[in-house]
Amino acid sequence: MKYDLVIIGGGPAGLSAANAAWEDGCRSICIVERDRELGGILNQCIHNGFGLHYFKEELTGPEYAGRFIEMLRTTGVDVRLDAMVLEITEEKNVHIVSSAGGYEILEADAVVLAMGCRERTRGAIAIPGTRPAGVFTAGTAQRYLNMEGYMVGRRVVILGSGDIGLIMARRMTLEGAKVLACVEVMPYSGGLTRNIVQCLNDFDIPLYLSHTITDIQGKDRVERVVVAEVGPDRRPIPGTEMTFDCDTVLLSVGLIPENELSRSAGIQIDARTNGPVVYENMETSLPGVFACGNVLHVHDLVDFVTAEAARAGKSAAAYAAGKKLDAAQVLDIHNGNLVGYTVPQHVHMDAPFNAVDVFFRVRAVCGESRIVVTDEAGAQIASFRRERMAPGEMENIKLPRVLLEKAQGAVTVSIEEGAK
Amino acid sequence: MYDVTIIGCGVVGASLAYTLSQYDLKVLVLERENDIAMGTTKANSAIVHAGYDPEPGTLIAELNVRGSAMMEDLCRSLDVKYKRIGSFVLAFDEESRRHLDKLYDNGVKNGVPDMRILTGDEARAMDPNLSQEACAALYAPSAAIIDPWGLCIAQAEVAVRNGVTVKLRSQVTGLETRGDGLLLHTTSGDYETRYAVNCAGGWGHEICALTGESEWEAKPSRGEYYLLDKSSGDLVKHVIFQCPTAAGKGVLVAPTVHGNLIVGPSADPAESPYSRETTLAGLDAVAAASRKSVNGIDLRQSIRNFAGVRAITSDPDFIIRPAKACARLLHVAGIKSPGLSAAPAIAEYARDRLADMGVALHKKAEWDGARTQVRFKELSQAEKAELIARNPRYGRVICRCETITEGEIVAAIHSPIPPCSIDGVKRRAGAGMGRCQGGFCGPRVLDILTRELGQSPLDILQDGDGTTLLIGETKGGAKA
Repeated sequence: MKYDLVIIGGGPAGLSAANAAWEDGCRSICIVERDRELGGILNQCIHNGFGLHYFKEELTGPEYAGRFIEMLRTTGVDVRLDAMVLEITEEKNVHIVSSAGGYEILEADAVVLAMGCRERTRGAIAIPGTRPAGVFTAGTAQRYLNMEGYMVGRRVVILGSGDIGLIMARRMTLEGAKVLACVEVMPYSGGLTRNIVQCLNDFDIPLYLSHTITDIQGKDRVERVVVAEVGPDRRPIPGTEMTFDCDTVLLSVGLIPENELSRSAGIQIDARTNGPVVYENMETSLPGVFACGNVLHVHDLVDFVTAEAARAGKSAAAYAAGKKLDAAQVLDIHNGNLVGYTVPQHVHMDAPFNAVDVFFRVRAVCGESRIVVTDEAGAQIASFRRERMAPGEMENIKLPRVLLEKAQGAVTVSIEEGAK
Repeated sequence: MYDVTIIGCGVVGASLAYTLSQYDLKVLVLERENDIAMGTTKANSAIVHAGYDPEPGTLIAELNVRGSAMMEDLCRSLDVKYKRIGSFVLAFDEESRRHLDKLYDNGVKNGVPDMRILTGDEARAMDPNLSQEACAALYAPSAAIIDPWGLCIAQAEVAVRNGVTVKLRSQVTGLETRGDGLLLHTTSGDYETRYAVNCAGGWGHEICALTGESEWEAKPSRGEYYLLDKSSGDLVKHVIFQCPTAAGKGVLVAPTVHGNLIVGPSADPAESPYSRETTLAGLDAVAAASRKSVNGIDLRQSIRNFAGVRAITSDPDFIIRPAKACARLLHVAGIKSPGLSAAPAIAEYARDRLADMGVALHKKAEWDGARTQVRFKELSQAEKAELIARNPRYGRVICRCETITEGEIVAAIHSPIPPCSIDGVKRRAGAGMGRCQGGFCGPRVLDILTRELGQSPLDILQDGDGTTLLIGETKGGAKA
């Protein structure tokens, strides 16, 4: 089976990419989705707050996904549900299996990677203690509550202040559970400020910054956890231990872009984002393969995923239509002081763009400061003021072509703290 | 009346059940947990040791080397994952270099084949990530890696298919001599048997105590491990040991048959076989020791940490002999490392002791020892297509990290010793073993267990009894 464009994943990124590619005239598109319905993780995010940027209204996750699924219905995009991609080859052959279709190979001119991310687990952060039931990643617990209709516990301690954990603090409370604490190893929250306010503060749930769980106890089911303060080295400080009697631990300790397929296709991965290295058009190191959404870098708001995926979809449509960019004139974007990474990492200077949106996260909470873009000659080519930036919130700046054309060599995005 | 009752179904009990299933005997296996392979069998280094560690002349030495020699054929016939990759013991200074000579001599006396002492550079040529600090290495090509719970489950399944009865949730609480046999009291009722075998692992001393005698002291020892993602699975090509100390064989670094990297164990006194907690100090010790052997261990690639408890006793050797106060009870106790390596040989040795005690051994005319397991991800493209065409459930991938299909999970649920928990499915089919640790497939496996067992999701366990996952419906109720 041949397609101009195969999109791996039917969550918010895949849906937006498909709609955008169709809008740009691509008429042979297939979305491969491993679940039984489109929408991805949005289907279990029944809280509101989605779409404020994109639709200028507050939607729930399923509603937000529903808008794009409705749009997709007006197109001729093929959808394979309950189908798993086993392999993407360098020739852009996508191997899939499903109960309905058996083993199929989809030959694609262009591919969009939109597989999303997975949650970090207890094992990844080596929380000591016994191994009882009752330790869930926040997203798994969210699935049990919101999709299956089952409660996972009565007395809860949440480790990590990522957004899913915060949302689940409120959700569990509304379902009658007692959330005893949210414990964050860093001195700042990993989630959105609005979620700290609406999900913790409004329910009097204490947030312990610079703390971690040092021991999980209980033979069969969690019985209690020990929480201790950590020093600047993030190691527990003896003597600061507190014990919480609880039956449940929810982990919201980070998301990891899921790039096993990308790796198997030989696509270059950025160790900072755990996602593919991309150009301004979302193209990866493998020509004709594009990436967007949480498989590329972990986003805070789905609205940004939608916008990024639309770029990937348009670029993939252009590629499939034969408009290929060569990597002859490339400008590199580096991350400097207090900047954790940038997406994109490269810019095709021969591409027809007016400006490049650069996304990044800061490494620490910054008060009043400037985002500064400099070139290799040390010249400042752009500067942006911010009142406050935090690692939990993605930043973005727009770099117009005229400025990038002036740059000598690679450009570096860094933060200068202090009011200037 | 059973002829032989095996108390405990870890890898030793299962090996004995498998061995005895070949004879005209009525055999019962009693297991205290809700599944088999629930103790040390599921939490160990997953190594088949070559056999140079044990003191020559001991039962441990004899059974280790013999078991190691039996393992490859056994695993092939049972379709259990096994890979003979060889091992290195590294020396870092003159003293440990001399210790290699001692191990080599042990190995020669114990009958370990093809060992060689290599220079550090020779070892690094074979395994480039070995530390520059290593100045010499004992190479034993017969060492192997194995799926330990897989070996246990496979043998128990073959035993059941050949007429052995396995009773789960049957902890032996009393033992009485009755005429020409024994009466065993258990948490699932009483059983009459002519002979019983104590394969209770770390609980062996408690079974012994039921005879009214204390024959040894239990000295359980906890070992903590890291398990790393498959991206680290090829960091080393062999099992990498350091020179053993009094506390144990030290921290090893090895690939697993599932493609991960295992790093551990520590050695600390444990309260009981249930003391399977990990600690900050234990994991730190493992991390520090492992870095001495191998460069580039990235513990951020960790996907799980766990601890197992060694069934160490006051007797340095394996304890395989009739109970002092009960002539119809055979102890197979104190089976610490290398118990997994020795298990097939332990089973044959125990069989012979049972014969000494009066058990009549007549080979069955019909015995089917073959076992195969469908592993979708290992099939060719054509085989995959053909399998899905035959059973569409093999086209539905449930565990995305390990590519385990619904067909494999359903097969596991209906296997000869059916699992009742998500981890029981994991040990049989491999779902949830991967980098997301069941975060994605857990709810889906629970769904399939619910459907296949006709139970409520509230009844599905994570692992052992009491490991409840879901505590009730939400206010809106469960999905229809």
